[in-house]
Amino acid sequence: MPKSKQQRQLFYLMPYGLWLILFVVAPLVLLLFQSLTTQDGHFTLHNYALYFSSGTYLLMTFNSVWYAFLITIITLLISYPTAYLLNQLKQKQFWLLLVILPTWINLLLKTYAFIGLLSKTGTVNNFMSLFGIVPQQLLFSNWSFLLVASYIEIPFMILPIFNSLAEINPRLEQASRDLGANRWQTLRRVIMPLSMPGIKAGIQAVFIPSLSLFMITRLIGGNRVITLGTAIEEHFLVTQNWHLGSTIGVILIVAMVITMIFTRDRKNSRKRG
Amino acid sequence: MSRKFQWGNIYLGIVFVLLYLPILFLIVYSFNAGDVMQGWAGFSLKHYNELFSDTRILEIVVSTFLIALLSSLLASIIGTAGALYIYNLKHTVIKNVFLSLNNILLVSPDVIIGASFLILFTVMGFALGFTSVLLSHIAFSIPIVVLMVLPRLQEMNQSLVAAAKDLGANNWQMLSRVILPVISPGILAGFFMAFTYSLDDFAVTFFVTGNGFTTLSVEIYSRARQGVSLEINALSTMMFAVSLLLVLFYYVISTRAVKNKKRSTRLVLPASEGL
Repeated sequence: MPKSKQQRQLFYLMPYGLWLILFVVAPLVLLLFQSLTTQDGHFTLHNYALYFSSGTYLLMTFNSVWYAFLITIITLLISYPTAYLLNQLKQKQFWLLLVILPTWINLLLKTYAFIGLLSKTGTVNNFMSLFGIVPQQLLFSNWSFLLVASYIEIPFMILPIFNSLAEINPRLEQASRDLGANRWQTLRRVIMPLSMPGIKAGIQAVFIPSLSLFMITRLIGGNRVITLGTAIEEHFLVTQNWHLGSTIGVILIVAMVITMIFTRDRKNSRKRG
Repeated sequence: MSRKFQWGNIYLGIVFVLLYLPILFLIVYSFNAGDVMQGWAGFSLKHYNELFSDTRILEIVVSTFLIALLSSLLASIIGTAGALYIYNLKHTVIKNVFLSLNNILLVSPDVIIGASFLILFTVMGFALGFTSVLLSHIAFSIPIVVLMVLPRLQEMNQSLVAAAKDLGANNWQMLSRVILPVISPGILAGFFMAFTYSLDDFAVTFFVTGNGFTTLSVEIYSRARQGVSLEINALSTMMFAVSLLLVLFYYVISTRAVKNKKRSTRLVLPASEGL
């Protein structure tokens, strides 16, 4: 019997293990390897030295983090009240479905819609001119980048917050009110702390992709905002400097890991402590 | 109190309008008789006619769906095998190692996946094109299938497997007659997620597509860089309809699965008592 079990496990492991080695481990090792070598395959730290000594790269990294931070704050400010109010509706599952539905639509198409809305002769400018505001170039600005990126990320922030709010026992809110807390105190002292896991999950779901956006920076931002993602794409597909591109990739992975450590759900460690 | 709630509803209303405005805008202008996304020039289906006579776009639509179908099928098979393997692991630490490895591609930014796959294909001397895109789509869809199937395995009644074993079923019979039917809703959900992941993907495909082969996302990107063409609006409307149908299909299946699950547990319980 154990032998047949071993055979069975081997049968399952073959395709899955092959995938793990070829498409999970190997690409990451290769990326790290590329970032640590020169064109002719010698080991070097030159790429990292170049990255950390160049003002342009450091400024780009800072900008990328700053914009990802702004996008996360904007989506959080819009999403928290939305998730909170959605949770009080009667048919909340239906409304939640309506929030999720736009995420099923191809990202490129949503971005494309904004090109039409924001262009100089587009709908927003036409609408503004009704109030006598002169048409302006709304596309290819930092603001349009923030707007479109936030628009795309909002459902990914609403969903985890909604789920964590839905898990809160409504009696806790009633108890808080009974004990004399007003609406605001209940929200701040009871609801918000209890929904922290959702907020953290939302931040994780928005911040990391925002660091690596590259399509929106090109189509909407007009290359004014260079994110880490744009820089990687540029090095790989335009200037063909894969070694430096891989270095930026490794830095993006490090940024991702740091974000995940900060937004980790500390429930387990608290239980242990 | 009730006044406050009204303010809340107004806020929600605004959020929903903003969420759907760009999509509606795209759809409405696909029926515009004019050629730009401004100034309504009357209702017309001419952009749909353009779309259906554009053989390049039609070919790309076909290959995009082919990639999605093939990649989600293969990812479902490999992912199910992976879920079974992880489920059968007894050692908790090894199990956690496999689960973390599994989740790496789910949390990695698309750009990293794309760039590292590009290095991989180049190092292996693999030509970029249909196959490299297909392999990449399979690769990034596998972990989601594993995550969809694993909970079903954990919910599975262990005595079912034990009973099959006692009754003399071999490995294959146990898998095909007992385990697979029980976890099939999870596999189906995984297949569906993989399908939509593949249809939606832009960044990874963009890196590994090479010159000869394109998918819809990449094509829309290159067309959008040249400016607005209402043919893309017509295409968006069709794709929106397809997405709606897919979501509906998924909901019908998942609600039916829940109903089946209730029925099957009711049937299973007396049976396992008999054992």
